[in-house]
Amino acid sequence: MRGGLWQLGQSITRRLAHGDKKAVARRCFASEAELKKTVFHDFHVAHGGKMVPFAGWSMPIQYKDSIMDSTINCRENGSLFDVSHMCGLSLKGKDAAPFLEKLVIADVAGLAPGTGTLTVFTNEKGGAIDDSVITKVTDDHIYLVVNAGCRDKDLAHIEEHMKAFKAKGGDVSWHIHDERSLLALQGPLAAPVLQHLTKEDLSKLYFGEFRVLDINGSECFLTRTGYTGEDGFEISVPSEHGVDLAKAILEKSEGKVRLTGLGARDSLRLEAGLCLYGNDMEQHITPIEAGLTWAIGKRRRAEGGFLGADVILKQLEEGPKIRRVGFFSSGPPPRSHSEIQDEGGNNIGEITSGGFSPCLQKNIAMGYVKSGLHKAATKVKIIIRGKPNEGVVTKMPFVPTKYYKPS
Amino acid sequence: MACRQLWASRAASYLRISVFHRGFSNVIKDFKYVDSHEWVKVDGNYATIGITDHAQDHLGDVVYVELPEVGAAVTQGGSFGAVESVKATSDINSPISGKVVEVNEALNSSPALVNSSPYKDGWIIKVEINDSGELNNLMDSEQYSKFCEEEDSKH
Repeated sequence: MRGGLWQLGQSITRRLAHGDKKAVARRCFASEAELKKTVFHDFHVAHGGKMVPFAGWSMPIQYKDSIMDSTINCRENGSLFDVSHMCGLSLKGKDAAPFLEKLVIADVAGLAPGTGTLTVFTNEKGGAIDDSVITKVTDDHIYLVVNAGCRDKDLAHIEEHMKAFKAKGGDVSWHIHDERSLLALQGPLAAPVLQHLTKEDLSKLYFGEFRVLDINGSECFLTRTGYTGEDGFEISVPSEHGVDLAKAILEKSEGKVRLTGLGARDSLRLEAGLCLYGNDMEQHITPIEAGLTWAIGKRRRAEGGFLGADVILKQLEEGPKIRRVGFFSSGPPPRSHSEIQDEGGNNIGEITSGGFSPCLQKNIAMGYVKSGLHKAATKVKIIIRGKPNEGVVTKMPFVPTKYYKPS
Repeated sequence: MACRQLWASRAASYLRISVFHRGFSNVIKDFKYVDSHEWVKVDGNYATIGITDHAQDHLGDVVYVELPEVGAAVTQGGSFGAVESVKATSDINSPISGKVVEVNEALNSSPALVNSSPYKDGWIIKVEINDSGELNNLMDSEQYSKFCEEEDSKH
């Protein structure tokens, strides 16, 4: 899903020989000079934020709380994340939905106004270009958010196809919301706290739904969604009001909702079994392989009409060759690229994300295995630093989700 | 502790302070230190080795320590194990060459001892020293404190 931590994952798990120190220092220096800052940057630093380069931005990986404590607090109370590095945009025009349906697997036309869904932008081979949450504001206005690390290629991809679409007479245009900033308020206290800041009744806004409304005195785009498995919201706020809103949220929660960084966010999304683009989804992985068959609308399964439809519909019919599954394991926490073997020592796949779960206090991971070896309770070996460690396939999410849905 | 370089240089370059929890990390006067953030305490022909307070502070919550086998050889500057936190993996390098005579089995069930007591209960290995002359290559506590300050303030 969203909030990609690709660069973070790469840099964190890379181990450096001493001889690399100088090279790394130069790389850090170069990237530091060019990093973009969100409107919250100074606010983060003032609150003890530990800033690191991420997808070209200077982002907080952690504050005073440890990553372990931040993760647990999100599920017990709540977390406030700056996700302004992610890119929000609007598609407008009578043909906005048909246009977008050429690029994503979702049934955009079938979305009711004010509702949204997770979707995947596909390439011509059916692989994932990016994942995105798209929301239909009205029949001729679609709001979507794409991952920070994919912004440039996504925008280039959309622009290229939009030119061709308009050349054939299609009515669609776009606006990139660079004048706005994005906050994610997640956890059990998210709704009670946010309710204090708006007059609209949030108990009538369900998971996946979208509203434009006044929050703390400014017009915000509010989506009840997140990347943690918890109930919560993503709030697109005019940038000039962003810090005021962040302060108001923290004040209303009386210290229980904590500023939380990308490190805990990665633990939370992993516990929730959500994909990280760049780790668990890439250009060569189809939505079927990634376990996102549910995101292909029923009509779209019948009609296709999106890039790579032939590959994807064939996989729907025949089954994919590999599948994303979850794992529990003993020993060191698995990390990206650890080899997975069957009990006979044969390679059957690779870990794409893994770590220690703060909530479960045990190792969790996800990765791809050959179809047929994907059933829960299948025993595997996960190879870490050359040594096999006991693992077992498990269903995801690892920690149950708490999305706010009509009962 | 090599990967920790990446964390420190990036984090500290923005914070412009040595550590965000405290003004300084603890050091023990009579211990020796290396630039990959391990300590060594010498007792005759034997030495106890662990990672420093500065290292555990930057690493965060330790969830696993990979220990070598008793009898394994370690070499000065060479890796003998690894420390895993929630988000990162770091090699542990030995400050001196020798043979492992004891490992801290308590870390198998309580890896967080490395965080709570890096210089005492969180020790990692004990070794029989090959060449005590190697100790002359190491930093004392003052030199190490200065090294950490410089490292944290560097880009």
